[in-house]
Amino acid sequence: MTTLLPTILFLLLLNNLVLLGMSRLRGLIRLTAFQGILLTALLLCLDHALLAGAVLLIKGLLLPGLLMRTRKGLHAATSLKPRLHRGLGILAGMAGLVFSLWLEARLLILPDLFPPLLLPTALTTLFCGLILVVGRTTALSQVIGYLVAENGIFLLGVPLMTAGAVWFELALLLDVFVAVFVMGIAIHHIGETFESIDVGRFRSLRD
Amino acid sequence: MLEALLFLPLCAGLLMLAVGNAALCRGLLPLTGLAHAALSLLTAARVAHGETPTALGGLLAPDPLGALFLTLASLLFLAASIYALAYLREEESIEERTCIQDGRSFTNAPERRFTACLCFFLAAMSLVTTTPHLGALWVGIEATTLSSAPLIYFHRHQRSLEATWKYLIICSVGIALALLGNILLSVAFYAPAGGGGSEMPAGDMNQMGWFIQHAHTAAQPWLKAAFIFLLVGYGTKMGLAPLHNWLPDAHSQAPSLVSALLSGALLNCALLGILRGHQITLAAGLGGFSGGLLVFFGLLSLITAAIFIVGQGHYKRLLAYSSVEHMGILALGTGLGGLAAQGALLHAVCHSLTKCMLFLLAGNILARYHTFSSYDVRGLRWIMPVTGALWTAGFLAIAGSPPFGVFVSEFLILKGMLAGGSYGVAVVYLTTLAIIFVGMSVAVLRMVQGNRPADMPQNQREALLNVLPPLVLGLAVLTLGLCVPDWLWHFLQRGAALIGG
Repeated sequence: MTTLLPTILFLLLLNNLVLLGMSRLRGLIRLTAFQGILLTALLLCLDHALLAGAVLLIKGLLLPGLLMRTRKGLHAATSLKPRLHRGLGILAGMAGLVFSLWLEARLLILPDLFPPLLLPTALTTLFCGLILVVGRTTALSQVIGYLVAENGIFLLGVPLMTAGAVWFELALLLDVFVAVFVMGIAIHHIGETFESIDVGRFRSLRD
Repeated sequence: MLEALLFLPLCAGLLMLAVGNAALCRGLLPLTGLAHAALSLLTAARVAHGETPTALGGLLAPDPLGALFLTLASLLFLAASIYALAYLREEESIEERTCIQDGRSFTNAPERRFTACLCFFLAAMSLVTTTPHLGALWVGIEATTLSSAPLIYFHRHQRSLEATWKYLIICSVGIALALLGNILLSVAFYAPAGGGGSEMPAGDMNQMGWFIQHAHTAAQPWLKAAFIFLLVGYGTKMGLAPLHNWLPDAHSQAPSLVSALLSGALLNCALLGILRGHQITLAAGLGGFSGGLLVFFGLLSLITAAIFIVGQGHYKRLLAYSSVEHMGILALGTGLGGLAAQGALLHAVCHSLTKCMLFLLAGNILARYHTFSSYDVRGLRWIMPVTGALWTAGFLAIAGSPPFGVFVSEFLILKGMLAGGSYGVAVVYLTTLAIIFVGMSVAVLRMVQGNRPADMPQNQREALLNVLPPLVLGLAVLTLGLCVPDWLWHFLQRGAALIGG
């Protein structure tokens, strides 16, 4: 099974860069769902069957479904000009990838802990998530960014999982689910109150 | 008994959501607060006697540091829940609500959701303060964010929504970075199979104890990286500059009793997350590194707060920036260690009590004057004599003048600084404190003094429940300033001993 690992990690990297270039929310949500499925496959490769099921359920199905429902409920325009130009976003993501590869080459102290490519993939996923949070102005894509960043951190934690800590991973997944749920409700209210989910309009609170 | 700390508020919250009767919610809220306060005082007493109560297979096992913050959160919740009775009654009687700042009409969130989220918030804070497992601590802190976000959006208007969104996104991303810190910590303690190192036994919940015991075997670069991420992650939640952006917005838009809990109880919980990391780095002999970072961010917060407090016209934002200041002082004190760390723990107690009192009073003022601007509030001592007097006393307390507790704790921290030879830090500390004192006094005295506005009815009584909780909190801070009881001091010393004090 482990022979599939590099392929999955490569697909994750590719997924991240496509995510940065995607402008439509529907596409973004689908790519997040795909990311959830890739994570499930990765967990299956590493023999974490129970967790794989939970990840598939939450990251592959429930969260994208939730986001899709939130998107449909919005009457406002959902495709907005990003704060950071999309080309620049992709460039920043690639810079993140190069940086992560460089970092992995430098940190050769624990070779048996992380399978090859896992550390750079995880870090790049984290960076891409953060770029989405900072670079996009719609509330929904910020949530997707948060989700992607969390996927990156989750990925980094996968090799460290022990049999005794499954309850913690499950609690973590539940937490993320509730987080996105609460954010979804907030977006619904933002859409109703501001008639747009452009957080660039949030300017009334400042000194 | 420990389980009850977690499950009592949780069940109370669920019951409120399920039944939804206003009378039940309002009755259950202070009862939950009272029972929780009694339980946490009992727990703290047991911890003070050297016992280590455990529950849920070791998931809950408070140490002196955790028990201190647990008791604080619980007592503040009790004060806020009593205040909530008057607050909710008043909110119900208002027929037409319009936003103070832009004049648009808005509605409130359902009351049962508000009281239930308050209870969930308490449950999450109980988990954070009692667990020795860093993963559970993380889950708890994220849960505090999620349960308090609906509280900030109680008044459903644009500004509170904006504040809620900032709070949710900034804190969630920040806390995600703290999770990265947790993972790096595990990497630092990773022992390759057969490499001679020991691995954490599966199912052992006392992660902190294990980490501290094996700290000398940890890989130091990873440990340093882990501490940085924990500091940045939980520092966002704690409101350390420059990560404090969400704090003034959330504190100014939330209902006052929620701001009181956010500032007095929640920020301490986030501090606890950082202190857990600090404990491990201390045990690994990296105390100088983590302490130095804490001192740096502490000073930066003090300076930032000083800049924004001077000329601040919005009195709830003023209090919020004052929280940034005091979180800076706490980081500074704990980073310096020794006597300063003991002073910092006393400071945490005094700051929580005082800030809770001030936010509750700010709620009273807001309800009467319908303005956030300290320029428009005049003649507080004529219109609301009790609130006005307490507001002045609270200001003196928070600004660190004798005879209040904050003075004692700030003085102890200063003594610790001088004893440790950090004269440069002491100069910045004293200068910023002086600037903040002047900046706050201008706004507060302007509000208290002056003639009453002509259109303001004079003889409107202040409800007992509106002034009693702040009065009791104020008396507590005054008492701590006159004498710190021996038992409390011993308890604080035991807590400080964990963080190099």
